[in-house]
Amino acid sequence: MTTEPSVRVEDKLFYNRYLVDAGRAHIKVRPHTAPTPALLTLLKVCPARCYELNDKGQVEVTVDGCVECGTCRVIGEPGGDIEWSYPRGGYGVLFKFG
Amino acid sequence: MIEERFDAIVVGAGMAGNAAALTLAQRGLKVLQLERGEYSGSKNVQGAILYADMLEKLIPDFREDAPLERHLVEQRFWMMDDRAHVGLHYRSEDFNEERPNRYTIIRAQFDKWFSSKVREAGAVVLCETTVTELVQDAYGRVIGVRTDRHDGEVHADVVVLAEGVNGLLGTRAHLRNIPRPDNVALAVKEMHFLPRETIEARFNLKGDEGTVIEAAGTISRGMTGMGFIYANKECVSLGIGCLVADFQSTGETPYGLLERFKTHPSVAPLIEGSEVKEYSAHLIPEGGYNAIPQLYGEGWVVVGDAAQLNNAIHREGSNLAMTSGRIAAEAIFQIKSRRDPMTAQNLALYKKMLDDSFVIKDLKKYKDMPQLMHIQSQNFFLTYPQLVSKAMQNFVRVDGTPKTEKEKTTLRSFVKARSWTGLFGDAFRLARAWR
Repeated sequence: MTTEPSVRVEDKLFYNRYLVDAGRAHIKVRPHTAPTPALLTLLKVCPARCYELNDKGQVEVTVDGCVECGTCRVIGEPGGDIEWSYPRGGYGVLFKFG
Repeated sequence: MIEERFDAIVVGAGMAGNAAALTLAQRGLKVLQLERGEYSGSKNVQGAILYADMLEKLIPDFREDAPLERHLVEQRFWMMDDRAHVGLHYRSEDFNEERPNRYTIIRAQFDKWFSSKVREAGAVVLCETTVTELVQDAYGRVIGVRTDRHDGEVHADVVVLAEGVNGLLGTRAHLRNIPRPDNVALAVKEMHFLPRETIEARFNLKGDEGTVIEAAGTISRGMTGMGFIYANKECVSLGIGCLVADFQSTGETPYGLLERFKTHPSVAPLIEGSEVKEYSAHLIPEGGYNAIPQLYGEGWVVVGDAAQLNNAIHREGSNLAMTSGRIAAEAIFQIKSRRDPMTAQNLALYKKMLDDSFVIKDLKKYKDMPQLMHIQSQNFFLTYPQLVSKAMQNFVRVDGTPKTEKEKTTLRSFVKARSWTGLFGDAFRLARAWR
């Protein structure tokens, strides 16, 4: 692994338009005590850094900045680590350029 | 939600969905198109290059009002190490033709325009509607879709799944599998805005001329992947994508790669002083021919990215999507004209027509490439770019070393890194996969 340049993903997400569907997360992480390797991968691979470790060492997801690429679904859904849907019609990220 | 029954429901309003809906509507079929975004294009992401020929087959006079950015007069391929790039640069005045062959586009804007053509042709287009499930009868035949609208079930003779690489419906109904991590690349992209004149000066362009830079090498840190830089009118699309399986095994972050690509000494001057206005990410189907799922069944067909129809070697995706959407629609129209039911047996016509087109022929040609690139990713994306760069520097730097000595040094560096067997083996495998 190589050293990480200082990138603030949050700053990148501020460029985007979102319509957040409050209280209806379209992705859910299966409850766990210790994260599986797949869940730990999501901490790094999610391009919007939606996945983070909480202070109990569990992986949590915050979907507000999600760019709906589906990478976490490809990694996490087959093993049942996450439940994945698209946001309700009209909600989520709204690309101006795409 | 809508009482009436449709001839066809098209799920998705990307290139494949729009091509299918347009073709069906133009032939007089009753079409419903469903799109989860606020407008067609608001969920779509691409580099993006548009190939004129495939769109011309759908909308012959598209140049009159389509939102096109620049027509491409130049293509650059860069093989990069951390401080240099070795480039192949093709530029031709032939591309300044009356009906140019390739354009850069901005997908959200282009898709909005494409969608307006679909509506004009008579299709019912419903946006802000997420399709949650396929409706199947007791025999497993697809008879419609369920949406997230109130009373959101709607029926049709056939459903065209143009739901994209990460489509939920086909996979939830077990018609195909979720793409494997080694069959999809994750690409991240930024839109860098600069004054028009600045872009033209930096990329050596005039008027609406455009250029494309595609880059491979150490920028992907040994992973199978590529960077790209496309010049639009007033912005530059810049991004990088690598196989999801490689992200998994290396622990690299996509935004980390993007940042390093942007700060590379060959790239940084091109975007210096730009204003970034969007950051996006998208999966790209990279599995090629061997990853194509079942394309049709009882009451359904699948088109575009959802069917893994992407030629990763030639960076062709949206034209395969458009073509597969059009062909699926033509097959459906033929079946409908004969008043035959939309059974799997009849819809096999779509696959037959697709097999006869460049779409499947091209994908078949390169069927061994995805695996070769993946297994050999360290060599193709790390070792060779570094060796070639070193060899170039050795060739051009004049320092009093006799040329024979220089050649020996270069050759030794290749043999040391890959051995004679390795070098010949790689060349042989590459040639065989390419043929």
